[in-house]
Amino acid sequence: MLGRKIARHGIAILATALIGGLLSATLVRLAPGFDADEAQLDPHLSSESIQALRQSRQEQHNIFHFYFQSLQRALKGDLGRSLSLGQPVSELLRQRVPLTLRLVALGFFLSWAAVLALALSTAWLRVAAYDGLATVMSGTLLCIPAAVLALLSVLWNVPGALAIGLIIFPRDYRYARNLLSKAHAQPHVLAARAKGLSELRILFWHVVPVVAPQLLAVAGVSVSLAVGAAIPVEALCGFAGVGQLAWQAALARDLPLLVNITVLVTLVTLLANSGADVLGSVLRGEHA
Amino acid sequence: MKIWRTIACVVLLLMVGVSLSANWLAPDGYAKQYREAAGAPPSRQHWLGTDEIGRDRFARVLYGTRISLLLAPAAALISTLMTAFVGGLAGYLGGAWARAAMAVTDLFLSLPWLFLLITVRALMPLNVSPLVSVLVTFLLLGLLGWTGAARVLCATASSLRNSDFVRQARASGVRGPRLFWIHVLPNLKPVLYAQFWISIPAFILSEANLGILGLGVAEPLPSWGSLLKELEGLVSVGEEPWKFVPLVLLVVVVTSFQLVLSNSDEVAA
Repeated sequence: MLGRKIARHGIAILATALIGGLLSATLVRLAPGFDADEAQLDPHLSSESIQALRQSRQEQHNIFHFYFQSLQRALKGDLGRSLSLGQPVSELLRQRVPLTLRLVALGFFLSWAAVLALALSTAWLRVAAYDGLATVMSGTLLCIPAAVLALLSVLWNVPGALAIGLIIFPRDYRYARNLLSKAHAQPHVLAARAKGLSELRILFWHVVPVVAPQLLAVAGVSVSLAVGAAIPVEALCGFAGVGQLAWQAALARDLPLLVNITVLVTLVTLLANSGADVLGSVLRGEHA
Repeated sequence: MKIWRTIACVVLLLMVGVSLSANWLAPDGYAKQYREAAGAPPSRQHWLGTDEIGRDRFARVLYGTRISLLLAPAAALISTLMTAFVGGLAGYLGGAWARAAMAVTDLFLSLPWLFLLITVRALMPLNVSPLVSVLVTFLLLGLLGWTGAARVLCATASSLRNSDFVRQARASGVRGPRLFWIHVLPNLKPVLYAQFWISIPAFILSEANLGILGLGVAEPLPSWGSLLKELEGLVSVGEEPWKFVPLVLLVVVVTSFQLVLSNSDEVAA
């Protein structure tokens, strides 16, 4: 059953990548200026060379032909060339992915450490004032744009990973708190309390195991939030990662670079969601 | 909670009222330059000081509030209509239509919102007139913000398709668009209302993010996003606190929306 689930996720990811690739190729092909090539203006080129350049552009007019050519090149590791930076896209990604991965992973763990600490302590203490304070804090953070949090982190010399953590914390906290409070109201928890079990024991033996698969699913979704948060944080804090690259590509309308980043980010988020789903199935015991 | 909701409603009405009266409160407009007072701190003439090219910040905040507060609901309306069209129709038709629509929805949902926004925004020309940039920004928010709720609406419409009253209507000879329009769509209204109201604060925040990143409303038109871009030049928080007024207004408005909506079903992401 688990094997079938993993295979289904694998097929879904592959299909999404192929459809996403086709959409991306279509966008690049239809974007204004696709036919223009500044090399054609080079006075050193002979008329035959210019004609050959035009001919190669003509061959790319069919979207499907263009897509299959791009796909073939991508399978060989050639993701095209950035128009604004004049470098191979694969090289740019290789340089920048490690920093973004570190930043996103650290922000994700900081956020989830805070989410679990706050949500579990709220569920354990069950003090209305403490719960209210945590809700107000997360609610306020929810109302501040991600880019402003990034700017404030620059002003206060706070690490970028913490800014990413603060961006995803309020969204995850709300879900985690609601899941825990719903699980607390279930009959088996009331029975455990009636039997005289301590609140801490109830929390870790009867509440957390019930909500763990759902918390994992929320964590999977929050990877997408963390990757999205990387754009303002890297762009405004000056980190040379994929988020900053995407922002620069957007400002320069460098579509080949932007669509490659977009497909990459889609794959990362799909992998994270699928991983969380499979892990959740394992926790629920659906692998039997 | 009821008192907080009432206060939030009053705050929202007040903000809309004040922004609509920007023409009377700041008759000189948002673009007039006071070159002799560029970068001036708050004074009796300029309540929030002037920006680096001498434009009155109070006037820009008023006009920016008007743009953000009036166009976010317009974008929310577009996104709600898209949700009704894609999600509602896919659920009602079912089968291959529903599967195809949900596959497209999943594709959109698998991409982080900000990535999707900047990718599609980059496809459009950046050097357009300010008015066109406003329309493009909010149109984009409306056209891309429907995916989260489309899944919920598709599931609701799908369950309605097999409900007794729809079967009875079908047996009575009601078919096609009339069945959808008269019997299915009215029952989708609660989800659509929730989607509309939840989208407004989400779009206000998205516009602010795009504006700060330089991909939103173009100068000289003000919006909360473009006004918040001024924070980039600050060296410390306490240096020019009046520059934080747009942020305070934005937080107050979004908080008010959250309070008003605290009982609504969470539909949109």
